[in-house]
Amino acid sequence: MSGDGDGSPDVAGWTCPLPLRDHPTVVAGHGGGGRLTADLVRHLFLPAFAPVAGEADRGVGDRGDERGHDGDEGAVLARLADAAVLPAPDGRLAFTTDAYVVRPRVFPGGTLGDLAVNGTVNDLAMVGAVPRHLSAGFVLEEGLALAELDAVARAMGAAARRAGVELVAGDTKVVGAGQADGLFVTTAGVGVVPDGLDLGPHRIRPGDAVLVSGPIGRHGIAVLSVREGLEFGVEVRSDCAPLTRPVQALLAAGVDVHMLRDPTRGGVAATLNELAGASRLGVEVTERDVPVPEPVRAACGFLGLDPLEVANEGCFVAVIGRDDADRAVEVLRGDELTAEAALIGEVVQEHPGLVVGRTGIGATRVIDLPLAEQLPRIC
Amino acid sequence: MCLAVPGRVEEVWDADGTRMARVDFGGVHKEVCLAYVPEVEVGDYTIVHVGVALTRLDEAAARQTLALFDEVVPGDVVSGDLGSGDVGSGDVEAGDVVAADVVPEDGA
Amino acid sequence: MRYLDEFGDPVAAERLLADIRATATQRWSVMEVCGGQTHTIVRNGIDQLLDGQVRLVHGPGCPVCVTPLETIDRALAIAARPEVVFCSFGDMLRVPGTADDLVRIKARGGDVRVVYSPLDAVELAKRHPDREVVFLAIGFETTAPANAMAVRLAAQAGLDNFSVLVSQVLVPPAIEAIAASPGATVQGFLAAGHVCTVMGMAQYVPLVERFGMPIVVTGFEPLDVLEGIRRVVRQLEQGRAELDNAYPRAVSFAGNPAAQAAVAEVFEVCDRPWRGIGTIPSSGLRLAPAYARFDAEGRFDVGDITTEESPRCRSGEVLQGRISPLECEAFGTACTPATPLGAPMVSAEGACAAYHRFRRLDVPVTVRS
Repeated sequence: MSGDGDGSPDVAGWTCPLPLRDHPTVVAGHGGGGRLTADLVRHLFLPAFAPVAGEADRGVGDRGDERGHDGDEGAVLARLADAAVLPAPDGRLAFTTDAYVVRPRVFPGGTLGDLAVNGTVNDLAMVGAVPRHLSAGFVLEEGLALAELDAVARAMGAAARRAGVELVAGDTKVVGAGQADGLFVTTAGVGVVPDGLDLGPHRIRPGDAVLVSGPIGRHGIAVLSVREGLEFGVEVRSDCAPLTRPVQALLAAGVDVHMLRDPTRGGVAATLNELAGASRLGVEVTERDVPVPEPVRAACGFLGLDPLEVANEGCFVAVIGRDDADRAVEVLRGDELTAEAALIGEVVQEHPGLVVGRTGIGATRVIDLPLAEQLPRIC
Repeated sequence: MCLAVPGRVEEVWDADGTRMARVDFGGVHKEVCLAYVPEVEVGDYTIVHVGVALTRLDEAAARQTLALFDEVVPGDVVSGDLGSGDVGSGDVEAGDVVAADVVPEDGA
Repeated sequence: MRYLDEFGDPVAAERLLADIRATATQRWSVMEVCGGQTHTIVRNGIDQLLDGQVRLVHGPGCPVCVTPLETIDRALAIAARPEVVFCSFGDMLRVPGTADDLVRIKARGGDVRVVYSPLDAVELAKRHPDREVVFLAIGFETTAPANAMAVRLAAQAGLDNFSVLVSQVLVPPAIEAIAASPGATVQGFLAAGHVCTVMGMAQYVPLVERFGMPIVVTGFEPLDVLEGIRRVVRQLEQGRAELDNAYPRAVSFAGNPAAQAAVAEVFEVCDRPWRGIGTIPSSGLRLAPAYARFDAEGRFDVGDITTEESPRCRSGEVLQGRISPLECEAFGTACTPATPLGAPMVSAEGACAAYHRFRRLDVPVTVRS
């Protein structure tokens, strides 16, 4: 549908495309707070972030009117107030924020936009919260193609609708060419934690079961496969997905969940080390029980990486009371997002703070906290 | 040193006089230079290091090695003794293998 | 046959382990020369499983670890230049030079890129004719054919913006130096399978003869490494010292003649320093005169950069199997994976980095009496 086939924004669906058509790329004025900023909000962000796809800018007044109307029934964001005013929920609030700078911004199975929503949603989900509202801050580098910004914003909107959250506040700043790497997105999110729910390392006990909710390593390998200098074809896509539903299913089933964490950067190895460190207990992992998709294993073999250290964006590690371990797996396997959940180990009294893997041939090794970003090696 | 992995050749072509291939490493596909392995054809397995194929893998030899693992009876001198004839599919005879007396050091 | 999983079978591993345990009447010292094998050993816990029977000594077979400090300082000087796109395997990025490493050069704006293959660096040079593309050509004999190919292709394409900083080393002279050094305790060697894939086995015949030690060409999967150890132990127990091939699926006696010819065309043998060990005669490769125009040292005039090793780092002795990392005063204190003094604490296969993990588990130390 691209307007004139030169990579310019897809303007067909926009209410009033003219102001954007003049500027196929981000210019300083888009962050100036004036007409260009308003156009960007009105014609790019509002349609993309609409809580119901297609109902773009209900609630926005006439063009140039930057304030919503009292009593407006449309999206919170579309009121364009200085702050989103939200109903106070029962229970406790969970609140988190994260910045997203992934390169490249488009990878097999997702984009920066999907990550910016799901990453924050999952941080909320990991404390047992039901995520409700997100805000988004954009740092745009002059020269960024509006088409790309549009694609990211639309991905964010779609991811938010899928995750059942609403994007209610936003901000855009433009920096000069060379001062940023195209596009940075920061999202913050709030969610509601039911009373009585208490998850965290203080609840971990020796004998607890450790499980992962799905095959590991997919996101990191998908991103590496399109990184300049390393490009390879791989039959795997990022696992980027919102985890609220399977987590809530676990809680609703009354499973004795002690702690949840999503193994993003540093992978499962980093997460297990964090929980061993925080609980002052040991963790033992049976390596052959860890679900590693064949292409991830192959890519790791080929690049010299350890699948346990590769990033994930759509699975979580759960520490579960021993007696509920099998039931936890059963519940998770009932959800398509976590259909391959598997028990991978247990919490032990021995070697506090350390994660020990039982290797394929029956020895043990320490699974260390990854030092830094994994670099492909030749030796 | 020398992380080199086996993969299966899927497609072969010529790029400005250099023989190239697409190789499948169990779900990872990568372009590989075949200049040093003129004998490798589509369907063969090859060992690849930093984008360059180094040899055609010898399936018969691989099967022999695996069969040998199956035959090992722990501690049994005869079954476990490989002798010196296993130097490989190359052109060496048992007699070429150099033998010398070993004086083991004590303990370590 | 996929050539991977088959060679990691736990049942067969148990059989090979049991055979080694049943055969060994004393604790033999066996050196795996190759860092790839060190990785397999540590990753799978083979040293732990054989602790009583075999003392596994980790050799200098990691091109990252043995690249001399001054080569790294020269690399850093080149990488910091504004006109340069500096390409390296990921391994080298965190190796410390005197005051810096490539990661920090990159952080300060240097154009440092990780590539998978030297051929990727040649492609970059073609795509960026206005930039100087430099590739840090480290490696043993296994990597030399790929590095030679890159130089050949650059010559073929008439590229004048491509060069290589060569740090190529050769394995047999290192084995010779280790076996001949006074106080050597190693009793048998696992020769690096992929080095032999390229070079064949002939070079090891005189070593077996001279030192009276078993040398077994060994692969990299868990069963391969166990089988290599098993064959060395069997020879030692029977008083034999022979050259043997436990990796026949990938190694022939002759090696790969086409690869050998390319290496011989592009490079010539030279003396060279090994980090922490010192200069070993005829143990390195440099560009042959016909390809000297691709030498980054000459192009960027960094040949004068010379540096001294940290006196606190005893990696040389570690790399020769003379001391265990645990015997180094800096180990775990001044020198950790986050603050390495020497390369063996950096590389994934570095003996010191491997030990840093194991000591923390407080398992019995498997190397060294």
